Amino acid sequence: MATTSITVAATPVVATFLRLADDALIHGHRLSEWTGHAPTLEEELALANIALDLIGQARALYQAAGALCGRTEDELAYLRDARDFRNALIMELPRGDFAFTIARLFLTASSADLFWRSAEIASDADLAAIAAKASKETVYHVRHAAEWLIRLGDGTDESHRRAQDALDALWPYTGEMFEPFPTEPPPSREAWLDAVAPVVARATLRQPADGWMQTGGRSGRHTEHLGHLLAEMQVLPRTHPGATW
Amino acid sequence: MTPIWEVFIRARNGLSHRHVGSVHAEDATMALQAARDVYTRRGEGLSIWVVPSNAITASDPADKDVLFEPTASKIYRHPTFYEVPDEVGNM
Repeated sequence: MATTSITVAATPVVATFLRLADDALIHGHRLSEWTGHAPTLEEELALANIALDLIGQARALYQAAGALCGRTEDELAYLRDARDFRNALIMELPRGDFAFTIARLFLTASSADLFWRSAEIASDADLAAIAAKASKETVYHVRHAAEWLIRLGDGTDESHRRAQDALDALWPYTGEMFEPFPTEPPPSREAWLDAVAPVVARATLRQPADGWMQTGGRSGRHTEHLGHLLAEMQVLPRTHPGATW
Repeated sequence: MTPIWEVFIRARNGLSHRHVGSVHAEDATMALQAARDVYTRRGEGLSIWVVPSNAITASDPADKDVLFEPTASKIYRHPTFYEVPDEVGNM
């Protein structure tokens, strides 16, 4: 690596922006991994569209954070090490099969939907402006993932099994989405369960019980997967600093 | 086989829906989402219709001469034989 990593001494407001940005960037990157591999052309474009929505949200959030801490969006995305990322662990898990991708999108977008709706009236003007755009995008992410989850769960034996496996594997990672932000109220897990449960039921899936929850992403303690993701995502700007095309 | 749906998009209020292409989807809900994701990525649309392809009854290409040839000699059907008064302006 030719470029020295940066660390950000984040104020509470910057930390809030970075946490939201890291969630969006890492999940967006995972979705982008379907490009060239999606089951159909239609779904390839759908997943790429959602990935671009998330990466667009990440850009706006990094710009807002960078304006407060003297960094560019590219520096924040490409020059921080895994320990300095604050995304929830659920975002960095490998993309898995299509059922896993859809279940993750459904669970996380349902939470993001609650957050962005309430953030539209945030006292921070930048956050409110980003929320106004992100909330529209997120409604579609929820709708797309929910319709797919219903069809996978209520589809064939294999699609049902894969969807149930995904839901079971992801559930212990959903706790981090409701951990407190430095400056903003987190979404309510009760409201999230109210939104998630009817879709899970329509999908004829069994909703996992709330038990022990994974944690650590919000303080920089990540799974091994994030380092591999960042190595791929960051290699070009780190090897060729300032490269453009 | 996954069913095919024909996609029609209205670009602006006041225009009619125009055929833009087709998508594969299992049902109408997913067809609408696929149409949105495939055909409105650059702000092309305000409204989408999807129609099952097998609901369309098409003319037989072999009938081309029977159906369309007779109109070729009826140029008087084109509104080109009228003097348009200047006051009418653009039509």
